[in-house]
Amino acid sequence: MSVWDDVVGQEQAVAVLRRAATEPAAMTHAWLITGPPGSGRSVAARAFAAALQCTGSDGEDGGCGRCHQCTTTMAGTHPDVTVVATDKVVIAIDEVRDLIGTAARTPSLGRRRVIVVEDADRMAERTTNVLLKAIEEPPAHTVWVLCAPSVQDVLPTIRSRCRGVVLRVPPPEAVAELVVRRDGVDPDTALSAARAAQSHVGLARRLARDPGARERRARVLDVARRIRGVGDAVLAANELVEVAKAEAKAATEERDAQERAELMRALGVGEGETLPPRLRSQLKQLEDDQKRRATRHQRDVLDRAMVDLLSLYRDVLVVQLGAEVELVNAAEAGLVRTLAADSTPEQTIRRMDAIGTARERLEGNVAPLLALEAMAIALRPQG
Amino acid sequence: MPPAAPTTGRRSGGARKAPAGNVRSWDEPALAPVVLVRGPEDLLRERAVEGVLRLARERDPETEKVELEGATYGAGMLQVAASPSLFGEAKLVVVAGAEAGTDELYADLLDYVGAPDPETTVVVVHASGQRGKKMLDTVVGSGAPVLQCDPIARDAEKADFVVRELRAARRRAEPEAVRALVDALGADLRELAAAVAQLVSDTTGIITAPLVDRYYGGRVEATGFKVADAAVAGDAGTAVALLRHALATGADPVPLVAALAMRLRTLAKVAAIRGGGVTARELGLQDWQVRNAQRDLQRWTPEGLAAAITAVAQADADVKGAGRDPVFAVERAVLTIARARRR
Ligand SMILES: Nc1ncnc2c1ncn2[C@@H]1O[C@H](COP(=O)(O)OP(=O)(O)OP(=O)(O)O)[C@@H](O)[C@H]1O
Ligand SMILES: [Mg+2]
Ligand SMILES: [Zn+2]
Repeated sequence: MSVWDDVVGQEQAVAVLRRAATEPAAMTHAWLITGPPGSGRSVAARAFAAALQCTGSDGEDGGCGRCHQCTTTMAGTHPDVTVVATDKVVIAIDEVRDLIGTAARTPSLGRRRVIVVEDADRMAERTTNVLLKAIEEPPAHTVWVLCAPSVQDVLPTIRSRCRGVVLRVPPPEAVAELVVRRDGVDPDTALSAARAAQSHVGLARRLARDPGARERRARVLDVARRIRGVGDAVLAANELVEVAKAEAKAATEERDAQERAELMRALGVGEGETLPPRLRSQLKQLEDDQKRRATRHQRDVLDRAMVDLLSLYRDVLVVQLGAEVELVNAAEAGLVRTLAADSTPEQTIRRMDAIGTARERLEGNVAPLLALEAMAIALRPQG
Repeated sequence: MPPAAPTTGRRSGGARKAPAGNVRSWDEPALAPVVLVRGPEDLLRERAVEGVLRLARERDPETEKVELEGATYGAGMLQVAASPSLFGEAKLVVVAGAEAGTDELYADLLDYVGAPDPETTVVVVHASGQRGKKMLDTVVGSGAPVLQCDPIARDAEKADFVVRELRAARRRAEPEAVRALVDALGADLRELAAAVAQLVSDTTGIITAPLVDRYYGGRVEATGFKVADAAVAGDAGTAVALLRHALATGADPVPLVAALAMRLRTLAKVAAIRGGGVTARELGLQDWQVRNAQRDLQRWTPEGLAAAITAVAQADADVKGAGRDPVFAVERAVLTIARARRR
């Protein structure tokens, strides 16, 4: 057992990180872990932090998983390991300033001070520049670990000061094995979930455990079957947006209320009391953050739906071209074959392009409903 | 069996004094064998007819609606339309454009008022003027409910209208928000109604003045509707002229694009209704929206609609930074829409 067990399908990256933690010559003070969403960047970064602190046990070091340093890091309670995870659209400049203050302090318990920034891509340029200074001349004991989807997602100035570690898309078999081990799901369900999730670990776990998630995904794919004309397309787009809204709401509502209650308590405002005017800006700040988070979440859910649709048309193309490849959507083989028979490979590629365009537009802040309408229209049967 | 006496719709308040006789306001619909909807305000006549239809469907959800057009009316059509259907559903016959009716229409109506079918509701819609006066007098004299659709001229009346529209959608607005809406769009009642419909569908909770300002400040949206109307009607010249003027006077292109998108969306939704499987009510569309869209759709092919929506999505991407010339992007979308319509 070690802290690396859950970083599945990343043997090469793990070897690099592990060696850095155990051999001083292989160490450097700033790292950039990149990999597609759900490939395990965050898990790898945490494991690396643990390995850096690890004091070893039973002759094993570099993240033994049993020593006090390892267990507290993995539990998120190690005082010298700071993890910045954001589900907001951007990391605020003030957060980064605080972080730099933290980075300057000597470690209290561990050998090093480790700062992990998940989603380092979600920073404005100005914020990145503040961070840059700290990364350029860090105190000797401090290690920065940044995560981003790809190296292009961070500024070149940051990139050039970090050592890069690239995670790949793990093979579905490795993801399935993890899901079986972690969640006790049967191997068949796990493998079909891992395929459907296209190896996104978090998503595979959700699909494997939650029948509701499987059903929602099936409904998204069903859109491809239901669109017969422009009218259906517009209705389907509307449904996709509504479902995303509902999911975002469900996912954030409870947390929003809790955060609000916590803030009120922190401000010393009792249940049912009104907030004094001078404290209102703080509540407003929180509410703005929460709104941004909901927006982000909704966009992520929509993007996920589009990735699912894309995987469906990829399967269609695979069948149309007669390629001997496992279908991502083996459970929807019937739908895949029908779509394959009803269209040409050229049409399939055009549809995939339309989905890709819609994803870009969503990222570019186009009204989600409109972006999806144009996409759904391109999916309708034509000539 | 439906009651013979007129059933009155919920009186939606207002300090207006009820006129004498069975004359009432457009928003106090009643069910009776014959109902007269009268007055020059188009939108209110539509609303009045909708109100009667709503009451009829509350009484009998299967009520079938039949439309007759005054100008093309031929003898005996009313009798056929008003007689009970094969499957015994209740009927509601709307005689539209009675101010420009044929002589046969007036003759048949005169006969009909004397002995109406008690299970059918005939709604006579008469905008204004002297044509058909004898028929009108007879209908009024018979004690039939008369829904009066007087022009809405004063701002207070417009504000009242907005409040009623919101109430019908179970929504509320701050008084300042209502005032802001009337200020921005009061010149055209239909625009005002469309704006309320958009706010209702796009937002939740109480409608506030800042919200209205965001949507309709600077009357951008009013222009947006006009541009969209002209484009959808195939009038490229007018659409582009309005658009250029708006942009030249500093209008933000983003809400202009949103107005185009909304207009086309309604067309597509109504096309879906025609395809079956979904109703206007499920889609939250008002009867008048459906009617207008149906009229427009006569000139639109699915391919044209597809091209138009695709162009608007591209324009939205362009105005939000993907394109180098956002003004041109909107213009191109407007031209694409106008051209996509069938000549
Ligand atoms: N190896 C793993 N073991 C358990 N859960 C994992 C593992 N990898 C990822 N997950 C889960 O999958 C989701 C995404 O994982 P993680 O954050 O590590 O990946 P990522 O590459 O950073 O992608 P993301 O952009 O989704 O954050 C999280 O919900 C996480 O709990
Ligand atoms: Mg992560
Ligand atoms: Zn250890």
